[in-house]
Amino acid sequence: MTAILDFIIAALIILGGAFALIGSWGLARLPSLMSRLHGPTKATTLGVGSCLIASMIYFPTHGLSWSAHELLITLFLFITAPIAANMIAKAYIHGRHVSGGRAEVNENPLPPPPHSGAEWATFGVPPSPKPDERAQD
Amino acid sequence: MKRLFPHPGLTWLLIVMWLLVLNELSVGGLLLGVIFGTLVPLFTAPFWPERPSVRYGWPLIAYVLLVIGDIIIANFHVARLILFRRNRDLRSCWLNIPLDLQSAEAITVLAGTISLTPGTVSTDISTDGRHLLVHALDTGDAQAEVARIKSRYERRLLEIFR
Repeated sequence: MTAILDFIIAALIILGGAFALIGSWGLARLPSLMSRLHGPTKATTLGVGSCLIASMIYFPTHGLSWSAHELLITLFLFITAPIAANMIAKAYIHGRHVSGGRAEVNENPLPPPPHSGAEWATFGVPPSPKPDERAQD
Repeated sequence: MKRLFPHPGLTWLLIVMWLLVLNELSVGGLLLGVIFGTLVPLFTAPFWPERPSVRYGWPLIAYVLLVIGDIIIANFHVARLILFRRNRDLRSCWLNIPLDLQSAEAITVLAGTISLTPGTVSTDISTDGRHLLVHALDTGDAQAEVARIKSRYERRLLEIFR
């Protein structure tokens, strides 16, 4: 029984390591900033995830206490990864806007704003602030 | 009751999180968790004045399971693109997704889901909150991708947030 579990743990750790490696390789080889952003937000979540599952199986089966912290790490990772990616993406389109719309090599131009009244939020301000927000300004 | 616990969902979340952080089930820990679960919603109430009503139930659980499944598929999908696709064959493009969701919380959940799932990263929202700007790593048909995101995630979120 322990041998089977050891195989599962080893497989999960190898899988996790492989995904972390692929994510980092994607960071190095993909052509533009926006496409490089896809590596860390995805390939790495499963990489960390399977290492944490392996840790959750390993400790109880080897006579050590069960730990819930792996679940929390997974939860916080899933909350923070999209926000970090979003901040990098916003900084990128802002920088491109400031430098006169010059697109990076291999990168498509930004789509136009949805309609004449609205702008992408990085470049504009919301049309009418609510009364209580205006009062604070 | 409503005045003491203005946000029952947040109260439960804080108690469960506190017990997970402590990593043990004890009376003292539970008591402190309940104290946090009572005080934090009371003090943070000014930050969520018009909170959308969330339906905690089967649609929410189904949505979480769907997203976890999609994250695993997305990992293999993106890993295959990174390993076997040449850069000049990548068909990356920007998607402009019109939103039916109204509340800021629901749009935040949708944007987070888009960032975690197959080949898409949410980048920006329009100033009127009606459109989402999304970058796709490899898409043959942009319109089909937009329709897929709307039917797979947004339709389910519309049922959960109302």
